[in-house]
Amino acid sequence: MKTKLFSYNQLDTFVHRLSGLTKLLCFILLTSTVMLTYDIRVNIVIMILSAVMMRISKIRFSQIKIMLIYVLIFLATNFVLTFLFAPMYGTEIYGIRHDLFTIAGSYVVTKEQLFYQITKFSKYLSVIPLGMIFIFTTHPSEFASSLNAVGVSYRVCTSLSLTLRYFPDVTRDYTTISLAQQARGLEMSGKAKFADRAKSIAGILVPLILTTIDRIDLISNAMDLRGFGKNKKRTWYARRPFQVSDYACMAVCALILLVTLYIRFVINGNYFYNPFVQ
Amino acid sequence: MKSSSTKTIVATGLGAALFMVLFMFVKVPSPVPETNLQIAYGVSAFFAALFGPLCGFLVAFIGHALNDFIAYGSPWWSWIVASGVSALVTGLASSKIAPRVEEGIFGKDEIKVFVLYTAIGQAVAWLLVAPILDVVLYKEPVNLVFTQGAIAFVMDLLCAAIIGGLLLKAYASTRTGKGTLSKND
Repeated sequence: MKTKLFSYNQLDTFVHRLSGLTKLLCFILLTSTVMLTYDIRVNIVIMILSAVMMRISKIRFSQIKIMLIYVLIFLATNFVLTFLFAPMYGTEIYGIRHDLFTIAGSYVVTKEQLFYQITKFSKYLSVIPLGMIFIFTTHPSEFASSLNAVGVSYRVCTSLSLTLRYFPDVTRDYTTISLAQQARGLEMSGKAKFADRAKSIAGILVPLILTTIDRIDLISNAMDLRGFGKNKKRTWYARRPFQVSDYACMAVCALILLVTLYIRFVINGNYFYNPFVQ
Repeated sequence: MKSSSTKTIVATGLGAALFMVLFMFVKVPSPVPETNLQIAYGVSAFFAALFGPLCGFLVAFIGHALNDFIAYGSPWWSWIVASGVSALVTGLASSKIAPRVEEGIFGKDEIKVFVLYTAIGQAVAWLLVAPILDVVLYKEPVNLVFTQGAIAFVMDLLCAAIIGGLLLKAYASTRTGKGTLSKND
C-alpha cells in the first residue's frame, strides 16, 4: 500500500527552486486561463507549456504513468457518456450542423459535436499536467505556507498541513487494523458477499475512528500547551523568499491569462471559439 | 464538543486524512455496475455532526481535493465543492447532536435529526451544487450531469447516513454521561 503522500522528489531544478507560492499562483492563473475559455488553441498552448515544464522539472514518465492511465480512462468514459446523453450539444453551441455519419436513430455524428468533445478532451488534458507539476515539485510543508500567503486563514492551513502530516499514519493504522481483523477471520476480498463485506468494513472503521479520536485529543492538547492560536498571525518555517525568477514566472503566467482574456472578449467575443461561423 | 478551537482544527486535519485514506483505499463495489460506495462520506458526516459545519466542510473538501490531486493530478472542483457542502449541511445539526453524544446518548431523536440533515445535505450537494457547477465551470451537457448527480445522491446518502450513524453510535458508547456512577451498597 502506498503510504508516501505526494511523490515529491527532491531535485534541484529551475521549477523546484521556485517558491511554493509562485507555483501555486501560476497553477491558479493557468488553470483559470483554461477554465475561462473554450478555445482549443489556448488549450494547445498550455499543453505545450506544461510539457516543457515537465521536461525542465525532470518528471519521468514512469512517475506519472498510473495517474495518466486513470485520467485517460476517466476522459474516455466522459467522452462516450457525453455523446450518449447529448449527441447534439455541439450543434446547439455552434449554431450550425454538418453531418458526418449516422450511428443509429438520433445518434448522428456531427463535425460540431466532434469539435466540442475534442476541445473538452484537450481542456482536461491541458490542466492535468499543471497539477502534476505542482505536486511533484512542491514540498508538502511549503504547500500550506503558500496557501496562507494567498490569504487563507492559518487555522485552515494548519488543518491542511496536519492532514498531509498524518495521512501516512492513518494509512498505517488502517492497514494494521485491517490485517488484524483479517487474522481474526474477516473476509475482505471479492469472494465475500456484498452484505458481509459491508459488515467487515464497519469492523475496521470503528476501531480506526476511535484511534483517530484519541490521537486528536493528544495532538490538540500538545498544541494548546504550546499556546497555539494565541496570536492573529503565524510565521512559517517552510516559506521561501521571492527571487527574480519567481516574479518572472508570475509575470509570464499573468500575461498568458491576459492574452487569453483578450482573445476571449475581443477576438472571439464568445465563451466558445467557433471556427464554423465567421 | 468542548468548544476548543484547537481541537476543531486538529479534528479537521485528521478527519481529512481519514477521509482521504478511505476515499483512496476502501471501495465497496455497489450493486449498480461501475460505481463504488464511498464509505468516506460516512466519516465526513461523523466529523460534521461532532465538530460543526466548518470542520465537516473542510474534512470533505480537503480530503477530496487532495485525493484528486494524487489520483488524477488535477482536482475536479465541482464535485469537491459538492462533497464539502454535503458535510456542511450535516454539520448544522451538530449543536443538537454533539452535546448529547458527548454524554453518551445517541437515541432515536438524535438519529432522526442526523438522518434528516444528512439527507438535506446530500440532496443539496448532488442534486443542485455538483450538476450546476459542472454546467457552469466545465460546460458539461445538462442531462448527463443530473443523471450522475442522482446516482451519487442515492449512494452517498446511504453511506453517510448508515456509516455515519453507526460511527456516532459507537463513539457515544465510549463516552460516559452524567450520573452514571452509582453507589455500591
